[in-house]
Amino acid sequence: MEQVVVETTELTKSYNGFIAVDKLNLRIKEGEIYGFLGPNGAGKTTTILMLLGLTEPTSGAARVCGYNPTREPLQVKRIVGYLPENVGFYEDLTARQNLRYTAELNNLPGGEEIEKRINNLLTTVGLSKVVDQKVAEFSHGMKQRLGIADILVKEPKLVFLDEPTSGIDPKGIGEILDLIVKMAKRKVTVIFCSHQLSQVQKICTQVGILAKGRLVAEGSLDRLGKETAAGGRYRIEVQVAQPSTNLIKLIKQTKGVKDVTGSTADSLLITCNSDLRSQIAKTIVDSGSSLIGMKIEEASLEKIYKKYSREG
Amino acid sequence: MYAVFRKELTDHFNSIRFIILFIVTILAGIFAIYIAIQNIRSVVTPTTEFIFLKIFTTSGGTLPSFLFFISLFIPIIGIALGFDAINSERASGNLSRLLAQPIYRDSVINGKFLAGLSVLAIMVISVIGIVAGLGLYIIGVSPTSEEVLRLIVFAVTSIIYGAFWMALSIVFSVFFNRAATSMLASMALWIFFFFFMPMIAGAIANAQSPIDQNSSTALIASHYAMEGMIARISPRILYEESISALLTPELGSLNPALMAISVLSAGRMLTPLPFVQSLLLIWPQVVSIIALATICFAISYLRFMRQEIRSI
Repeated sequence: MEQVVVETTELTKSYNGFIAVDKLNLRIKEGEIYGFLGPNGAGKTTTILMLLGLTEPTSGAARVCGYNPTREPLQVKRIVGYLPENVGFYEDLTARQNLRYTAELNNLPGGEEIEKRINNLLTTVGLSKVVDQKVAEFSHGMKQRLGIADILVKEPKLVFLDEPTSGIDPKGIGEILDLIVKMAKRKVTVIFCSHQLSQVQKICTQVGILAKGRLVAEGSLDRLGKETAAGGRYRIEVQVAQPSTNLIKLIKQTKGVKDVTGSTADSLLITCNSDLRSQIAKTIVDSGSSLIGMKIEEASLEKIYKKYSREG
Repeated sequence: MYAVFRKELTDHFNSIRFIILFIVTILAGIFAIYIAIQNIRSVVTPTTEFIFLKIFTTSGGTLPSFLFFISLFIPIIGIALGFDAINSERASGNLSRLLAQPIYRDSVINGKFLAGLSVLAIMVISVIGIVAGLGLYIIGVSPTSEEVLRLIVFAVTSIIYGAFWMALSIVFSVFFNRAATSMLASMALWIFFFFFMPMIAGAIANAQSPIDQNSSTALIASHYAMEGMIARISPRILYEESISALLTPELGSLNPALMAISVLSAGRMLTPLPFVQSLLLIWPQVVSIIALATICFAISYLRFMRQEIRSI
């Protein structure tokens, strides 16, 4: 049975009458990369802070790896890594010294083993050449990568990444996403907070969408996609060499097809109830036309996101 | 907490701020002893009992004594060690990362305070040590055991006084997000206590019980008593009273009224107070400084513990 790492029940936080997080019910299983989505100010960071025990919830309860973060914050912080948005390091210390300090704060025994771990981590995040350079000389992307190494020093079971890719160039984003996938392979549960939809779509297995403090949608990308896609309809784009009117008629007769329109000279847009790609392909080939390409329009996360954040 | 303490201590020792302060303090010490040696012959008579302590208290006409230097510099050292304790962590983005580590939140502020206190102690003890050592070498009068005891209490009192200023500047560092603001606030208070408080005390005493040459002894006594009481609101006065009682045992009393009368009625024998009596004399002053430092630390502690992380 898969273990639940994060579980919240009716978790609520209000600041001076403003409700930042409203009766949140979350269940995040071990080993997932959970995309926590929502516009700025939706309550993502507040939720994380409550899960870390850095802020007390107004009402409701949370359990992180079996601990209550409000009552046992130290136990939670020992096994949970948190990369805050705009993370900072001691500029006068080198990358290695910064990580060593984190290790000391985690009460990890010093010595060769920890030095080796620090070296390995800095190599993993691609900072092996600058381990003994002062952080003041680091670029924003390097600091973010150092941040990832920093949360891994304690060998966490769960990590919260708050906008880890904001303000980073595309190459850097790719590297950070790779690191996150690598982390998940090491059985670390990742909660990835972002409003960068394409990135979430690329790596996350589960997604939760937060709007105005409420969880408006949750589930796997596929399921959310099906719920959103054109009201349960599929759109298939087919490229055929010189489509004849006869072919269009034939496709229209296929069971389940609602509509066929020719969008450009050699492509057709087919709307149907279910994924009819194989039937349509067969029809086209049987009719003697040559099938060049076929593409099913996936419900992109952007659509899902837009739909739900409107609802919220 | 030990990890925080050790890191802060290392930071202090490596900081340019510490090196500058240390050099300035030592230069002041050397300058003071130069003045003392130039003028010590004029203050020492065959009946003088505490010749060694004279090194610290002798001033040369317009040039100030070591006591003046140290009461001027200790607040500056204290403020310099504390004014950016918390807000620099916040500004650099380190604070949320630091608090996500498995340490209690008060470890951060306790560790910083203790590290500052250690640095302060090192500075005070070394500057007193340098002055004493140079005095010993140049004048060639060795201190008696009572003089050594008095110097030790002097050092302890000075450290406590510095701790008050450090605690005060830490309060501002918790309340103000910008290091410059908290520095200015601390300096403003320092200037107020250092320059304006004696003036205010004098003005109020003048208004309450004005004196002239024909005033009765009772009126003069009440005038000075009033002035003394008001001036003691300032920690500077508390500190200066304690160190002058410690280092000039023949002073006999801290009561400005009594002192004024003894001056007026000339002819009073200046019999030095025994060490224990001097301690009893300064006890209320020292306790007041400790209380002020404790109050300041408690304010910053409570505020820091209750601060919402969101604003950090």
